[in-house]
Amino acid sequence: MSTLLSVRGLAKSFGDLQALRGVSFDAHSGEIVAVIGPNGAGKTTLLSIIAGAQRQSAGTVRCDAAGASHDVGWAPQQAAVYSKLSVSENLRLFARLHRVADPERAVARMLEQTGLAKRAGERLERLSGGNRQRVNVAIGLIADPPVLVLDEPSASLDPGQRERLWEFVAGLAKAGRGVIFSTHNVDEAQRYADRVIVLDRGDLRFDGTPGELMRAAGEDVRGDLERALVAFLARDEPR
Amino acid sequence: MRWLLEKDLLILRRSRMLVALLIVYPAVIALLIGFAISRAPSRPRVAIVDQTRAGATVEVGGRQVDVRQYARRLFGQVQPVYVSSRAQAIKKVTSAEVLAAVVIPPDIAARVSSGTTQARLEVVYNGDALEQSLVQAQLGSALAQANLGFSEQIQKAAAQAIDLLLKGGNLGVLGAPSNLIGLRQIPPLLHRVIAGEPPGATRQALERVSAFADFAAANLDVSKRVLSTVGQPIAVHARLLHGRRTPLDTFAVVVAVIISEMFVCVLLAAGGVALEREEHTLARVVRGLVSRATLVIEKGVLAAACSLAVAVVLLGGVSAFVTLQYSRAGLWLIALASAALAFASLGVAIGAVAREVRAASLLAFLSSLPLAFLALVPAGAVASGLYDVIRAVSFAFPFKASLQALDAAVNRASPPLGGSIVHLAVLTLLFGLLARIALGRAD
Repeated sequence: MSTLLSVRGLAKSFGDLQALRGVSFDAHSGEIVAVIGPNGAGKTTLLSIIAGAQRQSAGTVRCDAAGASHDVGWAPQQAAVYSKLSVSENLRLFARLHRVADPERAVARMLEQTGLAKRAGERLERLSGGNRQRVNVAIGLIADPPVLVLDEPSASLDPGQRERLWEFVAGLAKAGRGVIFSTHNVDEAQRYADRVIVLDRGDLRFDGTPGELMRAAGEDVRGDLERALVAFLARDEPR
Repeated sequence: MRWLLEKDLLILRRSRMLVALLIVYPAVIALLIGFAISRAPSRPRVAIVDQTRAGATVEVGGRQVDVRQYARRLFGQVQPVYVSSRAQAIKKVTSAEVLAAVVIPPDIAARVSSGTTQARLEVVYNGDALEQSLVQAQLGSALAQANLGFSEQIQKAAAQAIDLLLKGGNLGVLGAPSNLIGLRQIPPLLHRVIAGEPPGATRQALERVSAFADFAAANLDVSKRVLSTVGQPIAVHARLLHGRRTPLDTFAVVVAVIISEMFVCVLLAAGGVALEREEHTLARVVRGLVSRATLVIEKGVLAAACSLAVAVVLLGGVSAFVTLQYSRAGLWLIALASAALAFASLGVAIGAVAREVRAASLLAFLSSLPLAFLALVPAGAVASGLYDVIRAVSFAFPFKASLQALDAAVNRASPPLGGSIVHLAVLTLLFGLLARIALGRAD
């Protein structure tokens, strides 16, 4: 697998608060990486910096993909869409802002990929939370980025919608994209992620596969990643 | 920026309630202002009970002044409603049919003629504090005008009587002696008599009488001038030191247009920026796609363009009621455009500070309204220290400069247009900078 994204020594502080301290990891082509950890661990801050929505205090983020029209696609936690615009108008606007060569083709592609073609003309204010989230993800993908960053993508979805979303994300990885997502739902990380990154109070505490995290927990967690995470975090005090 | 503008126009078009408000609000303001200033100032409806006897006169030095002249002068200042009794007058005041009632008592002529007792009128009114203040102001002015006119009549009669005393002639009063000698004719007559009189006690007495007659003739003439001075002791001559007289109606138009432009512009700009935060799209848009400065300019330009269009339509609408010089339309546009940009800049700054549309709208409204009121406080209405503070606050915000710019463009008032345009340009840049800094908080 080729490396698509390199994060090195990333730090972010808000006044006296250290939100991130020297976080480093890589993301590869075709890989799904889950960022997990308790509330206030720095998950959203990390993803926002990778997406370019926030500036880091120190460290670097480098996208190594060649020939990409835009480096990192981003779907923030709360759907960042214009409610008064329709699905296709939202997609077209962001395609144009990304200076996509053929915006209409990009809109048609995303409508097809997200299964929203039949609702293309509907305004976002009339769509369900799940469909708004699909549009949110679609906007993140509109410029065909090699890396997609999803901040709690399934938070407002029902089980059916969640299932469709992960099928869609798996398809993206299969097509060679790198996907990094944050979640509170550790089961999702266990089921869909190839790798998990554990953040705790701004520190990167673990980077490996779900199986490796369960082993690192040092207890019999009976294949339960959530139990493993809790045990792992309780084992060592943060630096 | 083009795509953002297109998107915002589309959102605006789909926000029907907002657009309706943006069109209806200025139209209503224009109609109200136009209606108010196209009507002549109304005279108060006042019930008048004239209890004086028909033909009652005030006698001044043998001259008669008809008491009804007073009532006639009063009627000229108000819309009179004639009633025959005090009870009827009170009933009309109570039922709010008239604003007040004036009772002219039967003894008014006798009191004025007496020269020792002041004549009194009775004024009856009711209502709340505002209404009482209105009655006092309007009726006080009407009564003062009537008093002045009546005193002029009495003064004229007194002057005629003094003239008769000085020059002599017929009094024109039944039973009075005819061909009276005038005070001025007495000294030469006496001088001739004294010349023929031998020295002695009689001649000395006559010389004393002659000296008095000389003195009286000389000083009674002065009393005529004194009378006119007492009638209206101070005459007012107004002189404008600085600027140009702006008619109240066209100044009202300027105020109405600028207030409307301010509200439309500030609310639209503030709402537009706050909407990006409320929809969580700000971070998505500014992450390398559009710079924050571009976003500030785009929101400002859109709000300025919309409010400029509204202000031009409003000015056009009001011109149906008030005569405006269309030859100066180019200057109106320059003034309105400068004002719109400054208001837009302020609005964007407010929107950048607030995090949601409702908070931004409330903040925009709550800050705009006092700024408009402060800018309209005239010098001398408050203590000088407070006025200095008000002036400083008004200087730091675009309302007063906008008002002065449009007043200069429409009415050629001072300060000149150029100074206000420069002031507005500086404010546009400063608030734009503030907005850019506040938008950085998206980090």
